[in-house]
Amino acid sequence: MIERINIGKYIEVAINWLTENFASFFDALNTGVGGFIEGLQFVLNIVPFWVMIILIALLAWRKSGIGIGIFSVLGLLLIWGMGFWEATMETLALVLSSTFIALLIGIPLGVWTAYSDRAHTVLRPILDFMQTMPAFVYLIPAVLFFGLGPVPGAFATVIFAMPPVVRLTGLGIRQVPESIVEATTSLGATRSQLLFKVQLPLALPTILTGINQTIMMSLSMVVIAAMIAAGGLGEIVLKGITQMKIGLGFEGGIAVVILAIILDRITQGLANNKNKKKKK
Amino acid sequence: MSKIEIKDLFLIFGAEKTKAFNQLQKGKSKSDILKHTGCTIAVQNANLTINDGEIFVIMGLSGSGKSSLLRCINRLVDPTHGEVVINGTDISKANDKQLLEVRRKVMAMVFQNFGLLPHKTVLENIGFGLELQGVDKSQRDEKALYSMELVGLKGYEDQMVSELSGGMQQRVGLARALANDPEVLLMDEAFSALDPLIRAQMQDELLALQAKMKKTIVFITHDLDEAIKLGDRIAIMKDGVIVQVGTSEEILTEPADDYVASFVENVDRSKIITASSISLKDPIVARFKKEGPEVIIRKMRKRNLTLLPVVDEENKLIGEVYLKDLLQLRKQNEKHIDSIIRQYSHTVHEDTIIEDIIPLMTKTNSPIWVVDENKEFKGIVPLSSLVFEVTGKDKEEIDQLVQNAQDL
Repeated sequence: MIERINIGKYIEVAINWLTENFASFFDALNTGVGGFIEGLQFVLNIVPFWVMIILIALLAWRKSGIGIGIFSVLGLLLIWGMGFWEATMETLALVLSSTFIALLIGIPLGVWTAYSDRAHTVLRPILDFMQTMPAFVYLIPAVLFFGLGPVPGAFATVIFAMPPVVRLTGLGIRQVPESIVEATTSLGATRSQLLFKVQLPLALPTILTGINQTIMMSLSMVVIAAMIAAGGLGEIVLKGITQMKIGLGFEGGIAVVILAIILDRITQGLANNKNKKKKK
Repeated sequence: MSKIEIKDLFLIFGAEKTKAFNQLQKGKSKSDILKHTGCTIAVQNANLTINDGEIFVIMGLSGSGKSSLLRCINRLVDPTHGEVVINGTDISKANDKQLLEVRRKVMAMVFQNFGLLPHKTVLENIGFGLELQGVDKSQRDEKALYSMELVGLKGYEDQMVSELSGGMQQRVGLARALANDPEVLLMDEAFSALDPLIRAQMQDELLALQAKMKKTIVFITHDLDEAIKLGDRIAIMKDGVIVQVGTSEEILTEPADDYVASFVENVDRSKIITASSISLKDPIVARFKKEGPEVIIRKMRKRNLTLLPVVDEENKLIGEVYLKDLLQLRKQNEKHIDSIIRQYSHTVHEDTIIEDIIPLMTKTNSPIWVVDENKEFKGIVPLSSLVFEVTGKDKEEIDQLVQNAQDL
């Protein structure tokens, strides 16, 4: 009998090795990120729901027009009415913190791929891997590293959601016309002046599109992360599945969709505003 | 005085530059080097001296390496070998800090595609170089406004650059370069993207500005007419090699090789060639007071002429004498030519262009005398030279034409 090729064995060994040897590192990370997420959840939940609705609706109105503003009010009221307010805020906190971490790592990586062809070549397959690997798979090492809770959820989310912002940051910077880069250099710009005064501002619309996608992917992953007790709306959906409660499952799902639309339109509005300003 | 000196400069693109350079030194051909190393040679052994205060044009077709050579001057591209000496220091060996200083203070560049920042206003764009230097806002606005005035952009401060036409955008590019008050302006096909009318206008304005500013300008173009109009001196490049350097007149009258010759073939020569290029130097003249009718007639018969210019002892032109008058004089046994000297009809200066000489030709049968400001005699433009120059045919062809006409 031909023996099965067993890659999994090696990955297991590697993960176990990481878990054993970097335990203190993961613990520190767990405490830090955990504190951050819980803090954010606490803040979002301490604000009265109607204040939060007004704030979000105002932001949506300013960035994307009156229609989305009204939709935000109605949608969020529906979520509150279904009794999912607290879960929604938990999910929002998890999405925002995961996105924040993903941007913190992803934007510099994107800049690096724009500057170095080698980095670009090396990172591309890794990004493909991160993006296409079924999202559930990340949950396993996440649990091994961090146990159960929101932190492993955020960890898996960051890995799954980071690729778009890396790619689009790199693309945005590479798309800045050569003549502008040359002109800036010829005026005596240092490398950091070139990056911060010219390349990043000009790449901003593209980077914002990447951020938008990262947020959307975070949201979808955060729901899946409920399987490892990350909490939030995912938990409601999961309960619907495991207990065969069709109604509950859909209610949770609808809340996710409402949150997704609001987040998407606000960030898209940001990107479009930048584009318009540029074209003006 | 020389401002920029380019010495033995090579620029090679590709991974194995050193290998390619060594092969080039051994005399291998470019196509061989490309095959063996994958490297292309953009500039090959360039040597140039660019003087303080001149407009130096580097001309060539696309792919001739002219833009690459220009980029070696402010090191947007690092030369593979050789030196670029500016104000006595070799920029190709400058460290980052020195390089930054040179780019900020000594030279500025204007680009074909403008290279403006679309997210900033006109004023912010022009002050951008100063912003990079850390100049505070009020001071850089003041300087930016001054250079806006120089290029005729006053009133456009708060517009976004993308709202401007091409010509206006390039004014912003020029103003941005001038705002740093550089000693050297590098202009890379600066007017090539503009339509012909605007382009001619920008050329005129650049010349007017240059008359005031006296910067050292290195101007890249693929257009010979532009090169001739702007350039105090012109370098012609082909396949990475500088083929010829000279004034426009030198290039038109003495093209270094067939390539340059074919290039200059279609230029309107009558606007560039001057009297001094087509005049006979040291022609025979009649010397007033020194020479009597007998001597002058002898001179004329030798050359089969009927007319000679008369100069005084200081070599100043005072008139002309005709053979028939001289013969008359001889009959009368007169020894002095005072009585028969006629007022000369036309004179031109050495730097008069052919276009301005031709109209004179229709009013006279005599050759045209060339003098300087003090009326000192400098030479003769024979009518035949004018005909050769205007028709572009040589003597034999003209003789043939005349023969044909007579046969008819």
